[in-house]
Amino acid sequence: MWRDHLTEIIVFAVLFLLVSGMGFVAARWRAPNDMAHLDEWGLGGRSFGGWITWFLVGGDLYTAYTFVAVPALLFGAGAAGFFAVPYTIIIYPLVFLVLVRLWSVSHRHGFVTPADFVRKRFDSPTLALIIAITGIVATMPYIALQLVGIEAVLKTMGVTGESTIARHLPIIIAFAILAAYTYQSGLRAPALIAFVKDTLIYIVILVAIVYLPYKLGGWGSIFDAADAKFDKSPSPNDGILLNANNQLQYVTLALGSALALFLYPHSITGVLASRSRDVIKRNMSALPAYSLLLGLIALLGYAAIAAGVTPLPGSTEGTVDNNTVVPLLFEQQFPSWFAGVAFAAIGIGALVPAAIMSIAAANLFTRNIYKEYLNKDASAAQEANVSKITSLVVKVGAVACIVFLDPQFSIDLQLIGGVIILQTLPAVALGLYTRWFHRGALIAGWAAGMGLGMWMLYQIPNPATKRLHFGGSAFPLEKFGFDGSTKTIYVGLVAVAVNLLVAVLLTLVLRAAKVTEGVDGTERDDYFADEGDPRLVPSPREEAEMAAADPAEPAPKV
Amino acid sequence: MSEPETQAAPVPAVSRAKDHSPWNWLLFIPIVVPLITLLFNADSPRLFGFPVFYWLQLAFILLGVTTTTLVYQMTKKRR
Repeated sequence: MWRDHLTEIIVFAVLFLLVSGMGFVAARWRAPNDMAHLDEWGLGGRSFGGWITWFLVGGDLYTAYTFVAVPALLFGAGAAGFFAVPYTIIIYPLVFLVLVRLWSVSHRHGFVTPADFVRKRFDSPTLALIIAITGIVATMPYIALQLVGIEAVLKTMGVTGESTIARHLPIIIAFAILAAYTYQSGLRAPALIAFVKDTLIYIVILVAIVYLPYKLGGWGSIFDAADAKFDKSPSPNDGILLNANNQLQYVTLALGSALALFLYPHSITGVLASRSRDVIKRNMSALPAYSLLLGLIALLGYAAIAAGVTPLPGSTEGTVDNNTVVPLLFEQQFPSWFAGVAFAAIGIGALVPAAIMSIAAANLFTRNIYKEYLNKDASAAQEANVSKITSLVVKVGAVACIVFLDPQFSIDLQLIGGVIILQTLPAVALGLYTRWFHRGALIAGWAAGMGLGMWMLYQIPNPATKRLHFGGSAFPLEKFGFDGSTKTIYVGLVAVAVNLLVAVLLTLVLRAAKVTEGVDGTERDDYFADEGDPRLVPSPREEAEMAAADPAEPAPKV
Repeated sequence: MSEPETQAAPVPAVSRAKDHSPWNWLLFIPIVVPLITLLFNADSPRLFGFPVFYWLQLAFILLGVTTTTLVYQMTKKRR
């Protein structure tokens, strides 16, 4: 019944078209002399200052899906969903410590992706390929998930249809527009759109957190309403506080998610696009403003309980789609035009991260698969072109995921994505600190972590959706043989611990067996280089020559 | 070596000293504190209607900001 929502739809459409226009104009914003280079298309010329980085990385890490799913988690399970707050606190000191080193070494050597770094550091195209594929596979469902965010909004506005195609047409159109301007403008498009997206989100949320408690009898009674709901529910693991069973899960999920988030290719793309180490470090003090916003948005899940929101039905019979609670809350509590603004904020909020993620995935393909294996002598212009086309392919894949598969499938895949991206931690994050690990041991550790992670995820059922496997990321300790234990733990953290253990042990073994380790192509000093350093890669052109000279480097023979 | 002002010190030594500042250890506070559920897993005392669980974790954001700002100010290169 979309006619009842006409005002909302008009406001949504106008704002959406406005930012789409901006996306196309963005190619001319801070325009380079030559756009046909991956540094320009894929990293915005590596020139973003403090403000742009703040909006870009903020728009990148706090996705539309986050804004829809986190309150849905609180609505459904209570305190356990609040892990998003400690998670987004922990990540900034980590970036401050670790990713600035990646920035420095990348600027000296012209790296575009984390796999570029791993290749040079460990002298192993195989390890780099594994890192690249892991990154691409982990990112794809994340892009698809952004569509789930838009879909929750469209559903609330009554924009649904009978046939599969009719139901998904608005999303297909939205993504076609997104694909077109990302193709043209590269990373400049999401950077420019992020200004609008974040401004809208800040306005909407500030209004909501002041107005809703006023209307619903204050925060105290909102929490009480949530408490009353969880008291009545039969599930033992919900409530407005944590219980003995889910505390370990809460802590490991917060830590594991933070470690995973900064390893995701799209976060690294955002960081590498900034101008200097100082820009990154200053932003680590400014970005937590978004965490505060996220914490408050999360609590809208409780406001929805207090307001008596009933979620819309899910895609299969007898299930409900909790992701619709926030859109419904806005629709029921606010005038239509304001609800339209809120929906537009969520919709546009999906475009920014989707664009950055597809660029990051495309860069990985271009640098670590195309250039490494398909066309070793690719020119800078060819690289940029391949990346642009790949970004289109990635988006078509994401749309296909949503149109042809159950959306629940994307959510499950994203869960798996977090676990698998964590397995790049030893090579990428620890690799920035030490060359101690043996490249062969890192590959084996990755395989062990992936194997264990998949096995654990496979073992987890989900009673709510009546699925036996891949039902969540909370692994019951009971299955490890701790009989009678009711505690659960985050799969990713266990898997990466085993990954590290294997990497350490095998490094000792391979070293004792004197297996060749390759040559570290970086120097200690590279990790501290800053803006204005005379040895920063001056023009991207030189990088092609450097890469061409690489194979000539003598590899030590056994 | 610990004296970066020494004229003869090579450039890499200076940047190394900057990056290895002991101030960086402070960054582990906002990494560890938000993970200690013992500190905040309670309802009272409430603040503006928020149970401790919520307001204290939101307050940890401030802890994170203060720490990163302090470390940045203390380790940045003087021009």
